[in-house]
Amino acid sequence: MKQFKGRPVCAGTCEAKALVSHGGFNTLASFQNALQFGDKEAKCGDQNNADLYQKPMVGTALCLPQTIGSTTGGMVLYCATEMKRNPKCMLFSEHIDSLACAGAVLGAVWAEEPMTVIDCLGDEFLNYVKDGMDISVALDGTVTVK
Amino acid sequence: MDYKMNLTQEELDILNGSKGETMAKVMKTLVLYGDAFDATKMVPVTSDKGHLVTSFGLKVMAPVYDLMNKLIEGGAISTQKFSVDPKPLDPKVPANFLQKLIFNKFMYSMQNMYDGQLSKLGLIDDKAYTCTCYMDEVGNVPKKGDILSWAESSAVVYANSVLGARCNRNSGIIELFGSILGKVPYFGLLTDEGRKATWIVEVKTSKKPEAQILGSAIGMKVMEDVPFVKGLDKWIGTELNGDTKAYLKDFGAATASNGAVGLYHIENLTPEAVESGADLIAENAQVYVIDDAELERVKNGYPVMWKNKDATPKLCFVGCPHLSYAQLIEWTDKVVDGLKKNGLKKVSIPTVFTAAPGVIEEFEKTPYAAKLKETGVVLSYICPLMYMNNPLCKKMPVITNSNKLRTYTTSRYYTSDEILNIITSKEAK
Repeated sequence: MKQFKGRPVCAGTCEAKALVSHGGFNTLASFQNALQFGDKEAKCGDQNNADLYQKPMVGTALCLPQTIGSTTGGMVLYCATEMKRNPKCMLFSEHIDSLACAGAVLGAVWAEEPMTVIDCLGDEFLNYVKDGMDISVALDGTVTVK
Repeated sequence: MDYKMNLTQEELDILNGSKGETMAKVMKTLVLYGDAFDATKMVPVTSDKGHLVTSFGLKVMAPVYDLMNKLIEGGAISTQKFSVDPKPLDPKVPANFLQKLIFNKFMYSMQNMYDGQLSKLGLIDDKAYTCTCYMDEVGNVPKKGDILSWAESSAVVYANSVLGARCNRNSGIIELFGSILGKVPYFGLLTDEGRKATWIVEVKTSKKPEAQILGSAIGMKVMEDVPFVKGLDKWIGTELNGDTKAYLKDFGAATASNGAVGLYHIENLTPEAVESGADLIAENAQVYVIDDAELERVKNGYPVMWKNKDATPKLCFVGCPHLSYAQLIEWTDKVVDGLKKNGLKKVSIPTVFTAAPGVIEEFEKTPYAAKLKETGVVLSYICPLMYMNNPLCKKMPVITNSNKLRTYTTSRYYTSDEILNIITSKEAK
């Protein structure tokens, strides 16, 4: 078991299984199938992301460095949250990028059930965490991995 | 709510509901957004017009339509008129029966409703659909130093770099909120410090580098950082004329889509580089040298996403971002000459050139419009990226000279010269 201290961008508590992307997470490409074609598991549609491609994202603790891609990214993340096709939480090893941050705060202010978002967890976090590990997130941004 | 940035009494009042619950939520969203980046304050948006990225009425975007309705009903309307990215549909663009059925009846069935929402929120007019809103023919051209609340990565990087305006890489919806409030959080590319280059790129090629590949190489290397590019003025000059602006448009779109660049400086050319020179370079900036071999390495690394890699292309897109007026004229001349040279009258594969409605309108007034039509090339205002963004088009072998389109879709990249050769040759391979 290991603990990492991050910064709550959208504070919350949750427990979920880890799903890890070591490269940048392309929000539009990843959620396209979930939003456009009714995939309730939100299987990742980004064929350039070898870590996540075709893996279900709903209800997971999505661990990633940052998001990349289209500036529709924040809007896509907000839609995924409102449509309940989102991960339980998003855990960023780096400082959150402006597109993901937009999605996170739009969810926090406007969505029925906002998603917990923590950033600045550090490179060690992303090196340590593996798919399927148990993650729990505390209100103060502490992430426990076991 | 807890927040860190300094708010004026008026901003605090809005946050506490003085202009209604909807405006309070708009303000709260922007304050939380700014706080995440340690913004110190809110600053006024000073440009005449805004620009939004979300132009498509996808059926599944119900949460966005609900949010737009809340804004309209709550009186939270944009304080400035805005342009928006290109439309996803144009009946002129080739599509088979099944594609047309799926596009119109299923995927984009909310387009008319969403267009109506945009109109109520502050859309300039029905010609304001383009990713190149900064073209003179469109008229959304910010001044140097203007603070913007824009999204659309290619437009933001152009406005920051070529026009010297100041804008962060905002997401869809956030950019609208900034235009509604008339203020944006002060951080990142709005600040002098955030505009300093943390990379020096030395261009050492033996010929003028292809804009789309040079931009791609730089984007992949520096990601969201600011590059200061040396040696490019040798190839494209030191004057910001129509040709260099078009080059920088395509270069910038590639830096922004292949990486996440929001601002670049070109030595002796872009306004801040001319004004401040090497003072724009941050201490300990990293160096990236680009020569012919490096560009070749980058180009050869692009994956071909076609199932049959030897398939004959079924469609060609030129114009992502939308072509400028001068580019349309240049392409028309080249296609006409190419066909003549090869003894052909029409292009050998269906080809679509895309440009802003205002640019198309001006082009249509010239004799070039008839010349282009004779070649069989379709001229459209469509967004090629949105056209490609569905399972039917994903399976099509589409070619393009756009690195942005390559990045986000299954289309295959060729240089402009290669594209010209393919579409004007008898054997369309």
